[in-house]
Amino acid sequence: MWDYSDKVKDHFLNPRNVGEVEDPDGVGEVGSLACGDALRLTFTLDEEGRIKDIKFKTFGCASAIASSSALTEIVKGMTLEEAEKVDNQVLAEFLGGLPEEKMHCSVMGKEALEAAIANYRGEEAVKEEYEIVCKCFGVTDKEIERVAKENRLTTVEQVTDFTKAGGGCQACHPKIEAILKELWGSKPAAPAEKRLPKGKKLSNLQKIRLIEETLEREILPPIRSDGGDLELIDVEGSKVMVALRGTCSFCPQSNFTLKHFVEAKLREFVSPEIEVEEVKS
Amino acid sequence: MKTVYLDNNATTRTAPEVVEAMLPFFSDLYGNPSSMHFFGGQVAHYVKQAREQVAALIGAHPEEVVFTSCGTESDNAAIMGTLYSYPEKKHIVISRVEHPAVLNTAHQLQARGYKVTELGVNREGQLDLDELRAVLSDDTALVSIMSANNETGVLFPIDEIAAIASERGIPFHTDAVQSIGKIPMDLRKTPIDMLSLSGHKLHAPKGVGALYIRKGTRFAPFVVGGHQEAGRRGGTENVPYIVGLGRATQFAMDHLKEENTRVKALRDRLEEALLKSIPNTMVNGDVKNRLPNTCSLSFEYIEGESILMLLSDAGICASSGSACTSGSLQPSHVLRAMGVPFTAAHGSVRFSLSVYNTDEDIDHVIATLPPIIQRLRDISPFWKDYVEGKPMSSFLTGGDVEHHVHG
Repeated sequence: MWDYSDKVKDHFLNPRNVGEVEDPDGVGEVGSLACGDALRLTFTLDEEGRIKDIKFKTFGCASAIASSSALTEIVKGMTLEEAEKVDNQVLAEFLGGLPEEKMHCSVMGKEALEAAIANYRGEEAVKEEYEIVCKCFGVTDKEIERVAKENRLTTVEQVTDFTKAGGGCQACHPKIEAILKELWGSKPAAPAEKRLPKGKKLSNLQKIRLIEETLEREILPPIRSDGGDLELIDVEGSKVMVALRGTCSFCPQSNFTLKHFVEAKLREFVSPEIEVEEVKS
Repeated sequence: MKTVYLDNNATTRTAPEVVEAMLPFFSDLYGNPSSMHFFGGQVAHYVKQAREQVAALIGAHPEEVVFTSCGTESDNAAIMGTLYSYPEKKHIVISRVEHPAVLNTAHQLQARGYKVTELGVNREGQLDLDELRAVLSDDTALVSIMSANNETGVLFPIDEIAAIASERGIPFHTDAVQSIGKIPMDLRKTPIDMLSLSGHKLHAPKGVGALYIRKGTRFAPFVVGGHQEAGRRGGTENVPYIVGLGRATQFAMDHLKEENTRVKALRDRLEEALLKSIPNTMVNGDVKNRLPNTCSLSFEYIEGESILMLLSDAGICASSGSACTSGSLQPSHVLRAMGVPFTAAHGSVRFSLSVYNTDEDIDHVIATLPPIIQRLRDISPFWKDYVEGKPMSSFLTGGDVEHHVHG
């Protein structure tokens, strides 16, 4: 059972401001049924430009409902400029903390508020240029960067807890790592050449074992969660030959996965010279 | 507040009779059954009796029963013990809806070079036996298919599966953790080679299980150590728990009829009442081939964890296949394998009953759940749109990534 604070329980059992305001000045929608949580936020402003009425409707777990309820309580009476400054940490603190895995609920509240304010101002909810990093949950690079910055996230796992990005097929983990690296300037994992004793070459047997270990630990779990699979066929020097199985064998993106995920991981953990080749068998 | 416990597929109450039977082995009867003296020997007598009790429940010979620490160990031992015995064979067959004890063991083997075939299931959670026939080869070391699914209660035709494997001379193991004690099992009448069962699913305590290994089945020990369990599982026997498991199998035999009549009637009444009173509700799984105690329902447009929390607030214990309850972000692998739509997969709730449940328990759920579902649907942004017949906006379906970008 989740260790929810009393305040989370209270806001879940007695949610404030449920519903939709009539003739809203702004509407914000985030999430989806497929993702497992979604939120629609509506508000009206008074003559002074302060949030007069704000209501939510949420599909999701207890902490998603509690986060939505808390958000409406916090921003009611604020100007939009003030409301914009409320970030997910303020929300989480207001609730007496959230379990790490549930932090994305507070981020969703913040996003819905941003979308509603943008809607009021007549802006497109999605502005500026972005790239969708996590295709499973539809999370952009901008979003990951912003949330990582605001919450000082340093690992992929934390990014998943806060944004859901990387929680599905996991193929985007290298991209998330790259975003974190860009942000903090630190290297996510020591490159292979640094971890191996200088000037010492791996024996063939050692190399194959290392490749197998890396496959098992880093590469296969995310691929399998997507119904795909990959078999190690042979190793010649730094050339690694693999065969694609399961859904991978007819996936149009499998080449991308081989180069940007399988090869990248093997280069990181085995040797920077590794080249991955697909063989049909 | 009264506790209404309807999560018996997760774990069961240890029967008071079972606790009673175990107590002497925590005090006076502490001997090691392997010892040569009278003090250990008297304990060995009770272990033997427990083995006979377990064998009686499943129609086995006592020597075919190996005690283990849990269902997961039994599953692991069956799979690994078979592969050790057939080092030249590199293929195993399982289903996509196996318990993690089998599924993740297979995945780990796959990473070590084994070929694993995961048989898919249809919308009702049933297998295609022709697919099974087609994937078996001379390289197949083991077929391991569960008897009953823990999430939906769906029963697989394991007698038929055992016959198919047997015809090809391939060993067959079944993870029967959910079915033993709930439905009859007679291993004299079916060519199942290995069977796993767990104590705490049938009113014994947690921490004890058993693996049935048919005489003549090739097997090498998974837990390696002393000569205990006729060399098939090392480690000093967990005597109190083994005695408890023996007593619990006796309890299960005594209540098997009740499970399939009174408990089944309770489950059916619960299910019918909820389906009738709550719109947009569906049963997950093949209702014609199902455990008598299990009911998996999906309530569209709401999320399972919220339902469980509100039920829990009313003293009712159930479980869910929703993503949020597990800490993972995707709904249960069983519901996904069955192709349950997203509108329903996140809102699944499993009720699993036992002989300790009463009519009052069921009345309480029937009265409590409908307003909970309505309350959550009133909070859900999807329900009003659905009721008003508005087309599902891109915001709702989430099928198209571009339309629900977090940015």
